[in-house]
Amino acid sequence: MTAGRDNWVDDEAGPLVRPYAMTRGRTRPANSDLNMITLVVAAKDEIDTVTLDADYVAILELCHQPLSIAELAARLDVPIVVVKILVSDLIDLREVIARNPTRDVRVPDMKLLQAVLDGVRRL
Amino acid sequence: MVSDGSDEMPRAVKILIAGGFGAGKTTMVGAVSEIAPMSTEELLTEAGVGVDDLAGIENKRTTTVALDFGRITLNQQVILYLFGTPGQGRFWFMWDELAFGALGAVVLADTRRLETCFPSIDFFEKRGVPFVIAVNCFDGATRYDLKEVREALDVGPDVPLAMCDARDRESAKEVLVTLVEYVLSKQPLARATM
Repeated sequence: MTAGRDNWVDDEAGPLVRPYAMTRGRTRPANSDLNMITLVVAAKDEIDTVTLDADYVAILELCHQPLSIAELAARLDVPIVVVKILVSDLIDLREVIARNPTRDVRVPDMKLLQAVLDGVRRL
Repeated sequence: MVSDGSDEMPRAVKILIAGGFGAGKTTMVGAVSEIAPMSTEELLTEAGVGVDDLAGIENKRTTTVALDFGRITLNQQVILYLFGTPGQGRFWFMWDELAFGALGAVVLADTRRLETCFPSIDFFEKRGVPFVIAVNCFDGATRYDLKEVREALDVGPDVPLAMCDARDRESAKEVLVTLVEYVLSKQPLARATM
């Protein structure tokens, strides 16, 4: 996976190849609790561009401030599932910190709801 | 495991914007989002659930479902994401992930094609996702009063119903305020103190 990765597959290979080549054939992340609005932020100030694949570096470059999985997918123009797999790897590598939304939606967080209401009213 | 995160990490919350095709979902997202609405896609294979790798399914066709969303940084601790829901039918499974952890939903109704929002209403009722109905006032559409719309949609008297203009930031904001107030009012704690 180098900078020229966009060019080594021709159209005949179909739409499946490139995204899943990025994940080395995996179709689901090891961290199964990642979701579309899991927030991801780089854990370190410096990015190890020497040992990390370009796809990981691309994510880390965007994550100097917290971004959701969905935003990463949109910015990198790859499917959400691919970002989940790559972010899952980065969590295991301790390169990023991820925060999931409220763990148990059945227990409402009144403080959070109030903060959302105040924020929306200020728009 | 994904950490619960340190306190310095903001928290993300999600509100869904649903409704039939052309009801103004992406327009409403764009009216209040701080970024131009983004689009991302989820890749679906025919093999679907239960496949851990692609060995042997090289010839399976894939399809994608596009998701439009926007972002509002409410404060340093809370980021609100607004997701437009994809069309119904074969994308229902996508709705499950979208609905998971959603604070609530706005169902945009188009009075010219009111029936197109029925599937959304059914879905949120079944999943227990609190929702409000916003009647998008399209230019040239016959105006109905809200009582008529409520009867036509057959929703309970507690479900908030409001007119809106999905293009207008202030109007879209009012709909979101109505939704979050409604969600708060439905919390057991709030009910006990009201």
